[in-house]
Amino acid sequence: MTISANSSGLRQMRWHELLARFMFGGAMTVIAGLIAQRFGPVIGGLFLAFPAIFPASATLIDKHEIQKKQREGVPPQLRGRHAAGADAMGTALGSIGLAIFAAVVWLVLPSAPAWLALTAALLAWAVGAVTAWAIWKKRLWRFLQPSR
Amino acid sequence: MGDLFRPKSFAGIFGAAPSVALATLTLTIAQKGPQYAGIEARSMILGAVALGIYSMAVMWTLMRGRLRTPVVTLAWTALWLAASFALAFAFLRPLR
Repeated sequence: MTISANSSGLRQMRWHELLARFMFGGAMTVIAGLIAQRFGPVIGGLFLAFPAIFPASATLIDKHEIQKKQREGVPPQLRGRHAAGADAMGTALGSIGLAIFAAVVWLVLPSAPAWLALTAALLAWAVGAVTAWAIWKKRLWRFLQPSR
Repeated sequence: MGDLFRPKSFAGIFGAAPSVALATLTLTIAQKGPQYAGIEARSMILGAVALGIYSMAVMWTLMRGRLRTPVVTLAWTALWLAASFALAFAFLRPLR
């Protein structure tokens, strides 16, 4: 299966759903800061990888998939839950990239400007997450082959 | 971004995007310096491992079980807490 971008997913989204995700993300930023202040950076750092937005995202994916199937006249059955499950599998693979992101920040930050460490870490996350996904799909060879 | 891409498994990698971490680390660096943020980042590695365990549990439960998505995703956050604290206890306690 190839990767594709489709704006219909964005059109399906309501503004309040987007707002909910921003609020969860913002709230988690504040909570992570408060936990670090109260319990120190060792415990506070754990919460930088807390699944704050994921429950809301997975629930919306489930809901949108059911609505899509109903519009097409197909009984949704388990489709919503399976779509959310596939999303969770992707998040598991993305967490490998997130661990790489954190490792790069930890190793580079003491000896480099902050902007450089965070930019390098963000690139490492993207490469790590996409590579993990490609290996999982067993399609790595396709990415490496020259296009005809 | 996750709503833009297909297949869903690829879109799911954005569920582990470091959006909260980037915002928090930027604020921490500005307020408490890079050394403090570095310690947070070291702990975050274990938090990310716990996120992987959590996501696998959610995926397995949604694919095989009959529970609703919000119930599953919220209930398993207890697993994230247990896994991250267990990992921190095992790996970070000697480094403090």
